[in-house]
Amino acid sequence: MADLTSSSAGERLAEARRQTNAAARRRRWQLLSPAIIIIAAFGIFPLTITLIYSFLSPGTYGGVRWEFSTNAYVQFLFDRDIFDDTLQFSATYLSIFGRSIGLAFGATVGALLIGFPTAYFIASKPANQRNLWLFLITLPFWVNLLIRTYAILLIIRDEGIVNISLMWTGLIDQPIGMLYTDYAIFAGLIYSYLPFMVLPLYASLEKLDFRLVEAAYDLYASRFQVLRHVIVPMAKPGIVAGCILVFIPALGAYITPELLGGGKELMIGNLIALQFGGSRNWPFGSAAALILLVVVMVSLIVYVRYSGKEGSNHG
Amino acid sequence: MATQSATAQPNAHHQMAATTHEVMIHAEGVTKTFGQGSSQITALDNVTVDIRKNEFFTLLGPSGCGKTTLLRLIAGFDLPDAGQILLDGQEIGHLPPYKRPVNTVFQSYALFPHMSVARNIGFGLEMQGRPKSEIKNATEEMLALVQMEHLAGRRTDQLSGGQQQRVALARALAPRPKVLLLDEPLSALDLKLRKEMQIELKRLQGETGITFVFVTHDQEEALTMSDRIAVMQAGRILQVGGPKEIYNNPARRFVADFIGDINILDGELDAKGERVILPGGVSIGALLPEGAARTGHVSVAIRPENMNLTAADAPEAALTGRVTNIVYFGAGHNVHVALEGGGEVLVRRAQTDAQIGAHVGLSVPDAVQVLVD
Amino acid sequence: MAKPTQTPATVASPDPVPPRRRRMKDLRKQPGFDTIAWICLFLLYAPIAVLIIFSFNDNRSVVKWTEFSLRWYKAAFENEGIRKATLISLQVAAVSTIFATIFATMAALATTRVRAFKGQTLAYAVINQPLMVPEIVTAVSTLAFFGIIKQATGINGIGFLMLAHTVFCIPFAYMPIRARLEDMNLSLEQAAADLYATPIQVFRKVTLPLMAPGIVAGGMLAFVVSLDDVIITLLVAGPGETTLPVYILGQIRRGITPEINAVSTVLLGLSVVLVSIFFLIGNNKRT
Repeated sequence: MADLTSSSAGERLAEARRQTNAAARRRRWQLLSPAIIIIAAFGIFPLTITLIYSFLSPGTYGGVRWEFSTNAYVQFLFDRDIFDDTLQFSATYLSIFGRSIGLAFGATVGALLIGFPTAYFIASKPANQRNLWLFLITLPFWVNLLIRTYAILLIIRDEGIVNISLMWTGLIDQPIGMLYTDYAIFAGLIYSYLPFMVLPLYASLEKLDFRLVEAAYDLYASRFQVLRHVIVPMAKPGIVAGCILVFIPALGAYITPELLGGGKELMIGNLIALQFGGSRNWPFGSAAALILLVVVMVSLIVYVRYSGKEGSNHG
Repeated sequence: MATQSATAQPNAHHQMAATTHEVMIHAEGVTKTFGQGSSQITALDNVTVDIRKNEFFTLLGPSGCGKTTLLRLIAGFDLPDAGQILLDGQEIGHLPPYKRPVNTVFQSYALFPHMSVARNIGFGLEMQGRPKSEIKNATEEMLALVQMEHLAGRRTDQLSGGQQQRVALARALAPRPKVLLLDEPLSALDLKLRKEMQIELKRLQGETGITFVFVTHDQEEALTMSDRIAVMQAGRILQVGGPKEIYNNPARRFVADFIGDINILDGELDAKGERVILPGGVSIGALLPEGAARTGHVSVAIRPENMNLTAADAPEAALTGRVTNIVYFGAGHNVHVALEGGGEVLVRRAQTDAQIGAHVGLSVPDAVQVLVD
Repeated sequence: MAKPTQTPATVASPDPVPPRRRRMKDLRKQPGFDTIAWICLFLLYAPIAVLIIFSFNDNRSVVKWTEFSLRWYKAAFENEGIRKATLISLQVAAVSTIFATIFATMAALATTRVRAFKGQTLAYAVINQPLMVPEIVTAVSTLAFFGIIKQATGINGIGFLMLAHTVFCIPFAYMPIRARLEDMNLSLEQAAADLYATPIQVFRKVTLPLMAPGIVAGGMLAFVVSLDDVIITLLVAGPGETTLPVYILGQIRRGITPEINAVSTVLLGLSVVLVSIFFLIGNNKRT
């Protein structure tokens, strides 16, 4: 009697456990599938289309012709002579990439130089004020990027408030041509992505144990030495994260160079958009998009590797 | 014999217990492991235990001993790997929590922050689909029981720790469960409030007549409140018994060590296994737990308050030694004595005129507890 | 008179240390950092402030202030193009927010407070994919993909734009919902189950009400992100599907008018209000 009960109890238990596990698994994938499927189908899969398109020939009115071609990639480095079809090295597109990387890198450094003191300033505020400061720093980020860029355009153009003021004070008698220069793009990129720098920096600095700073002062470190040997090393994960978060969107920026560079000063983003618009060279645009994607992915992988290593060092 | 053996025949054992006391929870060969592969941990290892109707039963042990796991298996938050759990004769081990007539008071209280005190208390009855009037009456009754009538409309996050504790209790008692499970409910309270709640809990248990299963790592709390205590270690139940039995007659070295201060001495059992010879050569009665060696070298346990200081040459001095330290702790003195044959014992007396360095004798009880390792 | 606890006396007593020197003693401070922080804040807000101020200027000039006026708001309101673009923006944002929030909520429920499961890292990577790929790349690949679908099926319409927005709104909605869920103690749900609530009742009575602030926050974030998108919309939107930001971009390219300032101010105000509510929800959660 007892044996019978216990064996059927065991079966019931096994059945209950099996059902619970199976139900949990089923429920999990049911819950996940809409988000996963929609992103996979309309976010990830289109990237493979781009890959395919980059090996096809351009259609006359945009789109592609289904003819295999590596021209899109060749075009990157060479000019095809119209008359004798020979290839000549050309740095036109390479230099656009170089310029983009340079501008994005410069903007990253600039954002770091402004963002670090700002994040440190917030982190050294009393705890109840920090959230308000953080809110103030991040609020502009939620204002449409286009509108923020337009606002910059408004103040730095020849008839803008900056030039008018300078002329009014008599410091200059001609407007300084600030708009449509690399400097304008550079400033616009910093302005656009600065919150991305401040947030991770703040996250690191907030965790900084201030007793360590006191200990360093106690051991005769100067303010600069404390900054260099204690604060900056502790904030390193935040610095790396912030730089990645600024560099990636700055590299692919479209609106900033479009409005502040006036279309003359191209970056990769504009080059890509142009191929799908006026230039009607979709394969070349696809190839440029993929190259941009690769650069971004490599940066991300380097970052993940780095932060993973940091994490295991601490753990 | 109140001590239990894990190897006892389940069937015979069950019937035997049922004849003396009515059993509320019968757990049989319950095993639970967590994790996989090399990181696998056996939280419960073939645990068998009976919890009687209307008793205050405590699972006592250090953290990680499996006491909370056993509670969660009874509540239904986890399923055991093997074994069965009977509640009032009904198999419940495989049922989800909402189909078990047991309720839990959580360590963190787990009060619903988006509901008032009254709605928290009525939640169980509401979920059972009881009529509104019944829920209202039961809620009021419970509020009165825990003396919280004046705070019925409050949000739970506006309550103090002690008040939250009372609401958690009332909420779990409102559906009149067959068993109330309490997972270290007093650990978050300060000492004074904890003492109050210990008495309060005992009162509630008496008034409601519900079986309480209480989990704690605090041995004093367990001794104060329980009808019976199960001492657990590393996924096993080492000893089950009343507070006095657990305290005075610990069967295992771990139980003896875990509860209060105790002196553990070497001894030699005589051939019959009835008397034990202490290092000084004095022979005294031996209390043998189940599973203890019947002969040869053993460990014996004597509580510090069951020893007395005598003159070194007094006839009742079973052991002799030198006083090394006397520590006053308010309610008495701890006298540390280095034994002549090596080792140190602790003697606890309300008053003492012993001097550090003095040569003293030590008297021991007529019979001492032999320990199983 | 001789009350021993008279505080003004201590306050009024002469300070032996001059305030300047006391500030120097604050070891937390680094020289120049405060100044940079304040300049940073000024630079962040000054352009926006100029834009807002001159949207209320009566003059056509966006430089010289003449008189306060709402004429550009009136002009913008009466502008057919702006009205149509606003309507489309709101439609697209509303639809994509609803879907993105529902899907993000479901995904958050599946990925938080669970034991590690097979495919977890992959699931995270997929959900966050729209954040990792540069917008311009997403824009052109979506354009190419939708082009193929449109050609193959002959289906057109604003649904494509809504779909594209839903994709990149999901991770934004997911973040606050997941954060909220992770803050919720599983013991609340266990307590409900212990008190005879079936899994569905547990979800309705406990999980959903408790995660509601996270869902609202996620929804608002998704709405703002959808409302603000330019690049993807610019490339993916078909004829007659011009959203407000895309319309503004077109206007800016043609020339600067105070009307743009007025529309921008309205759009900006909407985002700021939504994000401020989001911030308040986040702060309440912590207390």
